[in-house]
Amino acid sequence: MPVLDVKIPPLGESISSGVLAKWHVTDGTIVKKDQPLFELETDKITSEGTAEAAGKIVLKVAAGTEVKIGDVVATVDTDAGPVSAPPPPVSAVKVENKAAAAPSAPVMSSSSLPSSPAVRRVSEETGIDPTSVSGTGKGGRVTKGDVLAVAEAAPASPSPQSKTETKATPAAAAVSPAAATPTDRQSRRKLTPLRKRIAERLVQAQHEAAMLTTFNEVDMSAVMALRAKYQDDFVKKNGLKLGFMSFFTKAVVHALKEVPAINAQYAGDEVIQNHYYDIGVAVSTEKGLMVPVIRGADQLGMAEIEKAIGDAAKKARDGKITLADLEGGVFTITNGGIFGSMLSTPILNAPQSGILGLHAINERPMAVDGQVVIRPMMYLALSYDHRLVDGKEAVTFLVKVKQAIEDPSRLLLSI
Amino acid sequence: MESFDLIVIGAGPGGYVCAFRAAQLGLKVALIDKRATLGGTCLNVGCIPSKALLHSSEHLVFARKHAAEHGIEFGSVELDLATMMKRKDAVVGKLVGGVGQLAKARKISTFVGSASFTSATTVSVAPADTGDGKAAGAPVELTAKNIVIATGSAPVELPFMKFDGKTVVSSDDAIAFTEVPKKLVVVGGGAIGLELGSVWSRLGSDVTIVEFLPKIVSTYDDDIVRTFTRILQKQGLKIEVGAKVTGFSNGILTAEREGKTLEFPADKVLVAVGRRTFTDRLGLDKAGVALDDKKRVKVDGHLKTSVAGIWAVGDVIAGPMLAHKAEEDGVAVAEWIAGKAGHVNWDLVPGVVYTAPEVASVGLGEDAARAQGLSINVGKFNLAANARAIAAGATDGFVKIVADAKTDRILGAQILGANAGELIGEIVTHMEYGGSAEDLGRTIHAHPTMSEALKEAGLAVSKSALHSL
Repeated sequence: MPVLDVKIPPLGESISSGVLAKWHVTDGTIVKKDQPLFELETDKITSEGTAEAAGKIVLKVAAGTEVKIGDVVATVDTDAGPVSAPPPPVSAVKVENKAAAAPSAPVMSSSSLPSSPAVRRVSEETGIDPTSVSGTGKGGRVTKGDVLAVAEAAPASPSPQSKTETKATPAAAAVSPAAATPTDRQSRRKLTPLRKRIAERLVQAQHEAAMLTTFNEVDMSAVMALRAKYQDDFVKKNGLKLGFMSFFTKAVVHALKEVPAINAQYAGDEVIQNHYYDIGVAVSTEKGLMVPVIRGADQLGMAEIEKAIGDAAKKARDGKITLADLEGGVFTITNGGIFGSMLSTPILNAPQSGILGLHAINERPMAVDGQVVIRPMMYLALSYDHRLVDGKEAVTFLVKVKQAIEDPSRLLLSI
Repeated sequence: MESFDLIVIGAGPGGYVCAFRAAQLGLKVALIDKRATLGGTCLNVGCIPSKALLHSSEHLVFARKHAAEHGIEFGSVELDLATMMKRKDAVVGKLVGGVGQLAKARKISTFVGSASFTSATTVSVAPADTGDGKAAGAPVELTAKNIVIATGSAPVELPFMKFDGKTVVSSDDAIAFTEVPKKLVVVGGGAIGLELGSVWSRLGSDVTIVEFLPKIVSTYDDDIVRTFTRILQKQGLKIEVGAKVTGFSNGILTAEREGKTLEFPADKVLVAVGRRTFTDRLGLDKAGVALDDKKRVKVDGHLKTSVAGIWAVGDVIAGPMLAHKAEEDGVAVAEWIAGKAGHVNWDLVPGVVYTAPEVASVGLGEDAARAQGLSINVGKFNLAANARAIAAGATDGFVKIVADAKTDRILGAQILGANAGELIGEIVTHMEYGGSAEDLGRTIHAHPTMSEALKEAGLAVSKSALHSL
């Protein structure tokens, strides 16, 4: 009977391992072709593994286990129907009092079986869903030990009944008799493996690079005027609006050409100089910040850039981003302005050497030709890796971006 | 030559259950036994008659020694041994009759006589002398594609003190004495020796148990055995351990302990040192069936012998010589023969000693677990703290649960106490499902029952017993 291996598929050059975060099926169930089987979390992305064929699945690794690309995490017996089960292996005849080893052949879906009292208690206290744990008990049942093992593997320890600090002054205690119980003041939530990985990589980036931020400000009135003048024609021609991002993307490409040091990466005792312009545009999703990459931004027209950004943003929000979409960028643009940020210090998107932070456009009084005028101003921030990029280069880069935005003709003339 | 799908040789628990299961699965079955009644050793001369006598004799002790404290007054309490034995026979009769009827209803062909292989697929049955004056008939030849050997076991005989059926006896005779021996020496402190020793002690014998090993019921944990030994001694049994029996002559049984000779005067000696597999006159060589080094029929993990189509179950193969184990073997073999999925979990065979109090165990004991170097937590609960035990006046003993220190999975349990044999069943069930001590502790048990002691012992594993510190 053909038994297929369910393996972790290749996910991209830099991904060699991940965490099998959650099983969507329980051991011994009959799965259908293309049925989602598991959720795999890597540093960059969460992907789903689906069944290649229908059959009875035998889970080989527990949820929460770290797995490598190519690892077999389950097998699907394509001949197995819902009822029949092969005779389970019989232990050799033993003389009395040997350890109770309890071998078990799964004969029914354990998701239909109630949890044992201890499993209930442990799952409630740890927040682990017993249906996501692959069981080693009879018939695939989840045992207390199975849940404990998962709890151990994912060490963030939640406990809804965390004790309050008893340092609260007596006065405070007296004043609020209806004071919040410990559970109202604090609650805990386990970190997903993805979150933890993002956190790790951010800290790593900070430790490795000599990260500094330089600032400037840009007068958005020229771009705004351009948009006002040509928006209708643009929409008529391209079916989508002309935003700011396309301008900044072009400005960044322009600046990178002027200051190639920023289009390079620190690699131990080598410098990798990029000769292409794949620009990452940060998108905020509920799973966290993602940076899909706009390929060959130097070759794309404004409309193409706007379209690429729009498509990538939609894909990211729909959870359909693939690892390939996130890899290979040379520079990143992030926009805190959409949330109202005036100024910030963006963190580098390793292994890149520069990241441009856009912010909110606020009308400010500016001195222009000896007059005070109100201009729509945006602060720009460039965080850079000082190991590769010196101050002059960083400042020059930002000035080039500013100049290109304040006078878009420069983009046309590559000046 | 009559042809069947399956021939079962031996109609004890292993054999008759195998036949029953096979018949349920649609096979044409022949069941052979040398006795005219089915049920083998267990029903005829073993488990059942001994339990009947244990119950009867326990009532006698209650009437004589404990009734008064309950406010029940008798005149003098007399024993009518003949009636007690008649009752025992009636119990046996009821059971063997019931099994016989089930066999008939299932259209199983039964043959009475001594079976022997004439080839790997043929068995000859030499009919027993039916004792009604008629000459024994001609041997019957049976053939089948599958044959199950379920010939069981027989009491081990000491070569220097052979059974004579009168003074040196086996359990076969000890369940049928016609009078209460004045002095009874029991060689062997295992379940059989202790049970029958208890029976006769209760009925008035002066009983001495002589055991070779340093403790009686040696497969149980030391703490259980220590308490058990004290209780039996309080009941009047004399227990001599570490003593090697050397002979019996002139009414004196001699034994050796640490170089010293011990002497025990005895009217009767019950030799209960164990049972050996019984394959006498089976003609295994004609079939080519191999035995192991302990003269047991050699089988693989599927209970297949060295000959294709021949299987073996129960006491005749390795494993605990227990009726329920034989029954499971029988069911599994019937299922495998019928092409179904059979299974026996030989790691979860419970054992019981039917003395008062009873002793029962399943899985790994504390001592064995520690000897294996396993990391365990142990929970104990005394019956003296159990409400029902106190009400019933059955406070002797305790429950012990052994669990894996990391996963909390129950690895084994031992119970000393009234109804231990019934109570152990719950632990077996928990272990079948990979249950933890906490599961046991969090399962609702009716109050007031002795089963609550199991729950408390389960809680005690994590030091959270409620009714004891």
